[in-house]
Amino acid sequence: MHTIKHQKARSLYPTFERKAPGADVSHYCPGCGHGTVHNLIAEAIDDLGIQDRTIFCSPVGCSVFGYYYFDTGNIQCAHGRAPAVASAIRRTHEEAIVISYQGDGDLAGIGMSQIVHAANRGENITVFFINNAIYGMTGGQMAPTTILGQKTVTTPDGRHAENEGFPIGMVEIINSLQAPVFIERVSLAGAKKVMKARMAIRKALRNQVEKKGFSFVEILSPCPVNWKMTAVEARRWLENNLEPVFPVGNLRDLPKGPFDKVDKKKDSRMSDRKILEILGVNEEEVHAGTVQLQEEQNVKIAGFGGQGVLSTGILLANCAIAEGLKTTWLPSYGAEMRGGTANASINISHETIGSPIVSYPNVLMVMNLPSLDAFEDKVRPGGAIYVNSSLATRKVRRADVTAYHIPASDMANDLGTIQSASVILLTVYALVSGAITIETLKKVIPLSIKRKNLVDLNMQAIEAGVTWHRDNCPKP
Amino acid sequence: MGQHLMKGNEAVIYGALLGGATHYFGYPITPASEIAHAAADLFPRCGKHFLQAECEVSSISMLYGAAAAGARVITGSSGPGLSLMAEGLSYLSGSELPSVVVDVQRAGPGLGYIWPEQADYNFIVHGAGHGSHSGVVLAPNSAQEMCDFAYKAFELAERYRCTVFILSDAYIGQIMEPVELPRQIKANPHKDWALYGDADSRHNLLSSIYLKLEELEGHNLHLQEKYRLMETEIVDFEEILTDDVEYLFVAYGISSRICHSAVAELRKKGIKAGMLRPKTLFPFPSVRLQQLAGHVKKIVVAELSNGQMVRDVQLAVQGAVPVDLYNWMGGRIPSTDEIVQRLKKDIATG
Repeated sequence: MHTIKHQKARSLYPTFERKAPGADVSHYCPGCGHGTVHNLIAEAIDDLGIQDRTIFCSPVGCSVFGYYYFDTGNIQCAHGRAPAVASAIRRTHEEAIVISYQGDGDLAGIGMSQIVHAANRGENITVFFINNAIYGMTGGQMAPTTILGQKTVTTPDGRHAENEGFPIGMVEIINSLQAPVFIERVSLAGAKKVMKARMAIRKALRNQVEKKGFSFVEILSPCPVNWKMTAVEARRWLENNLEPVFPVGNLRDLPKGPFDKVDKKKDSRMSDRKILEILGVNEEEVHAGTVQLQEEQNVKIAGFGGQGVLSTGILLANCAIAEGLKTTWLPSYGAEMRGGTANASINISHETIGSPIVSYPNVLMVMNLPSLDAFEDKVRPGGAIYVNSSLATRKVRRADVTAYHIPASDMANDLGTIQSASVILLTVYALVSGAITIETLKKVIPLSIKRKNLVDLNMQAIEAGVTWHRDNCPKP
Repeated sequence: MGQHLMKGNEAVIYGALLGGATHYFGYPITPASEIAHAAADLFPRCGKHFLQAECEVSSISMLYGAAAAGARVITGSSGPGLSLMAEGLSYLSGSELPSVVVDVQRAGPGLGYIWPEQADYNFIVHGAGHGSHSGVVLAPNSAQEMCDFAYKAFELAERYRCTVFILSDAYIGQIMEPVELPRQIKANPHKDWALYGDADSRHNLLSSIYLKLEELEGHNLHLQEKYRLMETEIVDFEEILTDDVEYLFVAYGISSRICHSAVAELRKKGIKAGMLRPKTLFPFPSVRLQQLAGHVKKIVVAELSNGQMVRDVQLAVQGAVPVDLYNWMGGRIPSTDEIVQRLKKDIATG
């Protein structure tokens, strides 16, 4: 059995209690490269003095039990997801040293998306990628890095490019991205190469300590048991067969990261008072008056997209709140949305509102002809229909509702903004129904519209609506 | 008190931030995207972390990492996204990591469409992902509750070291209502099991792997014990006119809003209708349903699915009273009147 020389590194447990009480032999097979890499990483952690700060993310695969060995913080991740897990840990603790340790199935197969995107974000983490061209833990199946012709239990005749594709070169893929700061492929085939691996591992970790960014080390590693070779044969096979497909060497070693990882705008120690202020928790409410409704208002506002139908609905709901009333607003949705028209359902009531859906309104405001056609029949007897007669050119046909034909688009055009037509309709509705007051409308508009010139135009639209109401709606 | 008109999808982010959220990871999907929009705007402005992940598989894994590191972390998605998260949800349960996941249900299966449905019930309530596991499932039916449930979700998640789901729907996500915001920010406590990248937490291990049969069995029994504890400690529901109720609606989310209106209409017609609305779908208010089953003539479960919650109702009442299912699928939403007429007809035909 291969024994990890744990006495050399403080960052490895002296005995592997999480494996079994008193265990001093690892779970790795004889001749496996994981033990060597574990030692190299642990020594680097020791020398950099980062043991307490290190969080080791174990993958699924042979190194799933990384936490047996590393006397650091430990987390075991779902298959292939370690780079996403590590990214989140990085974004939680600025000073932690986060290691993602993964095999070829984990990183280059199921976790391809996670590794590429973590690298692309330039996460300040260190990834150690053990490439032994085969699945070890599950018993010798093909890996994304299995070379052509290599026999595995799922490629019994050898890997054929026409069926399984070609072996994937991960450092080459990572090297196509802009953000990584350090990319190197090393090999464990012989003492000299192990020394190179040692240097790369240290550099990749030191980069993180120095907050340089994303470092990636691919380590070509022997798996004698699944390759069905002796340890000596395995090292030779690695050198003669894997290395030609996966050339070792450094692909990138930048003196500094591609960007400043410290977000200067972010203030993680922001006071609660400041956060409450940003969220508007203590903002004073506009409370203009207390309206007594004749009846619950079930309002439908409909028109083309861009006619301000949804925002006018929001304005109405905000006015209702200011009047001390209960309200709901629901945009046109799903089956209700036909022919490119938009509509909003608004309920206004003294009571708690049950269904927010207005199937049968007692107030309908329509901005165009298709909306009048669609909803006229839905209005409850005794209800009111407010029609933008500039665009909805026919009269309301029903005799059991009150109709107001207002040339709102023409009026708005005269004011200089077609978009305030719906506000003119809303104004007339306010005056007719008494559900909201003009005073409230004028107070709420500046709060819901940010642009000063639009506020002014809408104020003029209200005045135009008031004038139209005075001239066209005789006092009862 | 200030009332803020906002969408349910926005309210959930206000509630989360006031509830002490520190991290948001997510992937956009209609009809949940406003959650990500609000988070992208507000988390950084409040000094918190927001990241759009490359997919839901990654976003849930980021929840796993951040939760392990002691963060208060939340994501929002809809059915197709939740399907992708199943893996991570199982791992979160296995490693007992607290997190908050919002599902704004849309119509399925497959890509379906963005209309509302409540067809993720079985998936979410009965354990999303492999293994015997679950989490607290809260069912808001207003923008206010989207805020309130998110506000308290982290405490629940940490108390039981589990996922807390906020099972919403396209309408409750899209609706705008006045929301009264909580006036205090909850603190994120230190967790002695979490990884802080320091000497004190160095020996902590977060993992869901158990090699010995007895240990894995014990772990499972421990999880189930937590779920049983939830049933005695945090079941929550609302009752409407149940004192003299003869026809009891059971509904959650948007369905409960429509049933609420239907109850009012039916009462005007002299029919003694009422409603029990579960606010927690897991744990389910089975005990209260059992009690009510003793003195009602009929239970009507109204839901936007093939009939999923109805199974839990039937299980609770054990055949003591007829349980009818009023259901709609594919995004169709009943009007209040449709429910009223249907119950009247059912009463007339016995």
